[in-house]
Amino acid sequence: MNARLRADGGALRRGAGRRAGLLAAAGSALALAAVAACSSGGGGGSASGTQNGFKPAAQTGGTLTVWVDSTRLAAAQLYQKQNPKVKMKIVTYDGDANGSNYLQTKVSLFNRTRGGWPDVVFSAENNEVTWAVPAGFAAPLNKGLIAQATLDGWASGANAPCTVDGTIYCLRNDLSQTVLWYNEKLMKQWGYQVPTTWEQYQALGQKVATEHPGYLVGDAGDTFTPEIYLWAAKCGANQITGAKAVTVNTTSSNCTKMAGLLDTLIKNKTISISSVFSSDFDKKEPGKILMLPGPAWYGGALFQGTFKTAAGQIAVAPMPQWAGDTSPSVGNVGGGTWLLSAHSANLKAATAFLTWVTTADDYQGKLAPGYPAYSAAAKTWLAGQAASGYYANDIAAPLQAAANQVWPGWGYGQFSQEAIWAATVTPGLNAGKSLVSLLPAWQSAIENYARSDGYQVATS
Amino acid sequence: MSAATPGRARAARSTRRAPWPGRAGHGFVAAYVLLLIAFGVVPTVYAIYFAFTNADGHISGLSNFSNAANDFRFLPAIGHVALYLLFWLAALVIFVVGLALLLHRLAGQGVSRALRFLYYIPGALAGAASVMVWLFLLDPSVSPASFLLRALGYDTFGQVIAPGHLPVLFTLIAFWTGAGGWIVVMYGALNNIPHDIIEAARIDGAGAWQSARRIQIPLLRKWIVYMAILAFAGGTQLFVEPQLLSQASVGVAGRDYSLNQLSYDFAFQNNDVNTAAAISVELLLIGLIAAALFVARSGFFDAD
Repeated sequence: MNARLRADGGALRRGAGRRAGLLAAAGSALALAAVAACSSGGGGGSASGTQNGFKPAAQTGGTLTVWVDSTRLAAAQLYQKQNPKVKMKIVTYDGDANGSNYLQTKVSLFNRTRGGWPDVVFSAENNEVTWAVPAGFAAPLNKGLIAQATLDGWASGANAPCTVDGTIYCLRNDLSQTVLWYNEKLMKQWGYQVPTTWEQYQALGQKVATEHPGYLVGDAGDTFTPEIYLWAAKCGANQITGAKAVTVNTTSSNCTKMAGLLDTLIKNKTISISSVFSSDFDKKEPGKILMLPGPAWYGGALFQGTFKTAAGQIAVAPMPQWAGDTSPSVGNVGGGTWLLSAHSANLKAATAFLTWVTTADDYQGKLAPGYPAYSAAAKTWLAGQAASGYYANDIAAPLQAAANQVWPGWGYGQFSQEAIWAATVTPGLNAGKSLVSLLPAWQSAIENYARSDGYQVATS
Repeated sequence: MSAATPGRARAARSTRRAPWPGRAGHGFVAAYVLLLIAFGVVPTVYAIYFAFTNADGHISGLSNFSNAANDFRFLPAIGHVALYLLFWLAALVIFVVGLALLLHRLAGQGVSRALRFLYYIPGALAGAASVMVWLFLLDPSVSPASFLLRALGYDTFGQVIAPGHLPVLFTLIAFWTGAGGWIVVMYGALNNIPHDIIEAARIDGAGAWQSARRIQIPLLRKWIVYMAILAFAGGTQLFVEPQLLSQASVGVAGRDYSLNQLSYDFAFQNNDVNTAAAISVELLLIGLIAAALFVARSGFFDAD
């Protein structure tokens, strides 16, 4: 045991200096042999065999490297505070948001240099497994690393974007079901009813345009605009039908109907085409939002965090539906996923962090800005939201209902729908074109990007 | 030691110099050659190797090149880069030469020195940093020049970065960041023109415009060609400007805009380093051919 301790310490120091991984491992064959001989019992790996559904790297320990976006930085920092013994290196990056592909770029470079992979990564995207599994980066989680009982605690279907052929390769951070956020104070003051159908929503938008010009009933300036409106409207722009197959149809009546509604309200300026995160929007609009269809995280991240809207104004209603539609549907905007590196030399510590960050009440229940994907944490979270007194109504019921109404016809391919929308549709909207007229261009762009990623594309 | 016996050291050096007169020169060049091999030649050979092999390392002929050419982003990217080059080279040649001549005319006055310094400042900023400055300048809600943007009818960042504006915007950014150095170089070249030639022209009745057109610009020709070659090669490799703009606009403008970006996408999004290498080899070829044309047509290496 003495020998093992010394060997571990040596590996630790080396790991800190040179980044734990194969390089450090190769340089210390003796230490390795000792570690491997001693740690064959637990979740660690022997140098040759397959364990937990993959072949782990030599478990030399060392610093736990965690990549998070700025929002999830609080989670990593809290973990470090609660576990001061774990040696952590926390790196903030753009979270791979809006299809930036930062993570994929880095991992492909790390694969080439055979070192440098982070142990645990947060990504704001739900489609990471489409490349991270073929690249050998994402470790399978339900083959022994994380107990099935724990995995069963996720909301049903929450980990679907993480699942490839029944194997779970990432854990969902939060659900991002869309709801209708609105300013209850203004609605009451002006005597408006919260719309339950899209027809009512459009009529209210037209009313606002004449009675209170300058106020907004929605926003269509973000890369995830299609996920709020067109996903909810069951527009089949992104029907992933197989590992490398997608059906794209952006000109069906479901799509054109919603696009037409957006066009009407963009034209009378009750729907803005500036991104809700743009400096432009932040300067002019936050006080002028009457309604804003959007994901669950709008409440914490946008109204409370970015806009600093005063308490007691913002309320939540279910997403409007088309009149006569018997199967209500909502969209979904991201939600984020946590990936565990299959190259981690520190699987035990990495798994412990991953489990904590996705399930612990301390973070997901009490601190997270979005609706936790882990059910028990979601309960705590909703209770906390109610207790905070920030919202003007009870947001739990509409959020819980919407969590089960995400339209399943929209999937996650390797190509980024957000990036495609940004590059093909947004410039057209900025130039004053109608959304309906841009749908065919959107269609061909999706087809092109899907094909360039090797997808079989069908159109109906 | 050498300080104590300068005479002997000097003598020793002069005797050693005799058998190999170019010694010092070779010493200077050697350092450069080392870096050139490490960061120029080796990567180039590596890229050529990748361009003609497939993912398994087998020779694949021209399939990587046809792969790139068949991509839906390839032709638009060529169009974008060609248009940008047109704007960028024209702006560079006209304004750099113009401003250098202006500086030279003002040479006697202090204002010339101040202007020279001013022109050079943006070039002292690292490339990416100066592009970041422009991202702020172009957003009407935070730009110090927002009154100008609004006067032109642009109220939002989205309107400023409309697809049709991109060649002009990238030219502006590239000119601002890159032209200052060239203005100083041209100014130096103008100073090399013997004063008596200008004097003779003036006595013959040539005004500012005539002596610029008939004497100074023809004598600057080689410098202009030199600038054009380097600017062309740099321009075909357009990357930082569109890439940063793409990130700043969350992908609204500048994604897949240039050939270099397409190469980057192939390497890191489609995990196809070989096709990426094929595009970079094409860029190398284009740069070499353009340089050869410029050199041949201008008599760049002719002795005076």
